[in-house]
Amino acid sequence: MSRPKTHRFDTLSLHAGSKPDPATGARATPIYQSTSFVFPDTDHAAALFNMERAGHVYSRISNPTVAVLEERVAALEGGVGAIATASGQAAMHLAIVTLLGAGSHIVASRSLYGGSHNLLDYTLPRFGIETTFVDPRSIDAWRAAIRPNTRLFFGETLGNPGLDVLDIPRVAGLAHECGLPLLIDSTFTTPWLMRPFDHGADLVFHSATKFLSGHGVVVGGVLVDSGRFDWDEGPARGKFPTLTEPYRGFHDMIFSEESTTAAFLLRARREGIRDFGACMAPFTAFQVLQGIETLPLRMARHVENTRRVVAFLAAHPFVSEVGYPELPGHPDHALAKVLLPRGCGAVFSFNLRGTRAQGRKFIEALKLFSHLANVGDAKSLVIHPASTTHFRMSADDLVKSGITEGTIRLSIGLEDPDDLIEDLGRALHSAEK
Amino acid sequence: MRIAVDGSDCYAYTGSRALDAQKPAIVFVHGAANDHSVWALQSRYFAHHGYNVLAMDLPGHGHSGGAALATVEAIADWIPRVLDAAGIAKAAVVGHSMGSLATLACAARHPDRVTAIALLGPAVPMFVSDELLAAALDHDHVAYELINGWSFSAGKQLGGNAVPGMWLTGNAMRLMERTGPGVLHTDLLACRSYADGLADAVAVRCPVLAIMGERDLMTPVKGAQTMLAALADKRVVTLADTGHAMMAEQPDAVLDALRAFYRSGTSASQAFLFKPGRTLSG
Repeated sequence: MSRPKTHRFDTLSLHAGSKPDPATGARATPIYQSTSFVFPDTDHAAALFNMERAGHVYSRISNPTVAVLEERVAALEGGVGAIATASGQAAMHLAIVTLLGAGSHIVASRSLYGGSHNLLDYTLPRFGIETTFVDPRSIDAWRAAIRPNTRLFFGETLGNPGLDVLDIPRVAGLAHECGLPLLIDSTFTTPWLMRPFDHGADLVFHSATKFLSGHGVVVGGVLVDSGRFDWDEGPARGKFPTLTEPYRGFHDMIFSEESTTAAFLLRARREGIRDFGACMAPFTAFQVLQGIETLPLRMARHVENTRRVVAFLAAHPFVSEVGYPELPGHPDHALAKVLLPRGCGAVFSFNLRGTRAQGRKFIEALKLFSHLANVGDAKSLVIHPASTTHFRMSADDLVKSGITEGTIRLSIGLEDPDDLIEDLGRALHSAEK
Repeated sequence: MRIAVDGSDCYAYTGSRALDAQKPAIVFVHGAANDHSVWALQSRYFAHHGYNVLAMDLPGHGHSGGAALATVEAIADWIPRVLDAAGIAKAAVVGHSMGSLATLACAARHPDRVTAIALLGPAVPMFVSDELLAAALDHDHVAYELINGWSFSAGKQLGGNAVPGMWLTGNAMRLMERTGPGVLHTDLLACRSYADGLADAVAVRCPVLAIMGERDLMTPVKGAQTMLAALADKRVVTLADTGHAMMAEQPDAVLDALRAFYRSGTSASQAFLFKPGRTLSG
């Protein structure tokens, strides 16, 4: 049987959600730099406010430029829709507070970005939301951590910074067995390397600051809903009253009745973005859209360069360990082949055979790599996690997350890989002295 | 709202409003492998503008129990039983695709219960390819892909959703994927097997609104012309550059066509009376 023609990833990267501007013919998505949008008449205004008509009211809630980005990322992820936010952290927060309130509990991988760990371990408990961190590779640990008030599983496609590959099919299977959704931070992989919804995840968010925008010039986030989770069925029944019971804040709307597939997004937009207000600016959305246009090209080159650099470091005598899942010695090598056939991204860590001082010397000797707190730039980056991104974690938590005093994290950019290797070689030689 | 129909627990979306005996009623009937949520914006509008709304999940679809009804006539005869269960004497009925056929048949078979009908994306007869039927029988995902490919106009295949942040085809796909094995095949077979469309059109006496998508590949405009010609009291609205999934592609245009129909003329207004003699505020 012939399959119907559908648009492929590269085409969607350029076109999904957009069309030439009907008013001016502008081919690029215009930046609708307007806080608000004129109502044709009072009935139309009331209908927009009551979700009886489609359209934009106020740019905190939605904006035409931002909506193009939301639709594009939803298309690339294979979801039903998305909400763009002020940052990746805002996207994660929006996902959590849309589903959970005081007295709720999260089970999360312990291999997380330091900022995510902060939010879960230090900040959310102040609002009555607790998290148990587990070894992401142990399905028994995930199961054992579940409490009667658990409402969410959370992990990263590739754990930060050790690149633990989350076994999404297994973790999602357990989550669904228990009536829980699985939220995934897909920042390191982008939909070009993996679409978590294809493996059973229910919600995905990105720090669009990283590979989606790709040039280190913008801070933003995107939260995507797969539309698959049954909030009011089976073992989930009764667990998610924010979606299945009348909401006084919106005319007693029951979101799961309003939309079979997008109840989560409705509540997130009608409450979370409206009330917490961590929305994305239209100019930011434009910049992220520009980045996504070349996402397939950039990701292919990021991965190609990373493989070259990983091979160089793995063979270098002053390097004790390189944590990249494509290497046969990585504990998730086999799983990575299944879940990440296109590659394991462009961020990885390695350990020097040396002291912390030698590590510092190495970083300071680099010329092309920029020493800063970011990943996913077109330019190559380097950082020392134990003293920067993960410095708030206890020594015990650092060890559990696979971080040592000598761990160095690289984000490989789009430069000529020979130049990157030369820069690394020079810095290693300098540190070895 | 949950109501028991034929011993099965059925779901009707009411816009979070309790039914009011003083208001006229509109029943919305979805198409194959869909549910009430395809009418989200339109049904919510009417529920908040003077109407009792029953946007149904057909048996075996969405939140409704039971097995999918095997024929268009069975769906047509089910609608009055929904009205009985809800305590509603008469209602206007709005149907899309398969639902439009059931709506047409319902008006012909139960003229005392149906006061006006709106047919969105109808075709009589409704052609369903052997290829699509076979895929649906096998519960092959390609069936949903074929429907999505034919349901959205070419321009909308790349999105541009009127509802901010929603990916049109992704949402439609996910909704279809939620239907159980066999449901799509039952629905499609019901559409293809409906042979009395022309006779039913001749028999319909209430006002009819037909909304057609200019770019509809599932039920092309030409496929409804004979049926439309047979209707006695009709109004036809064709939406430019619109495909079969018209409630999603052009939600406001569909709503405006329905509103204009309800507000126009005596016969149309009477069609939406909950009780004879009562005027509408909609």
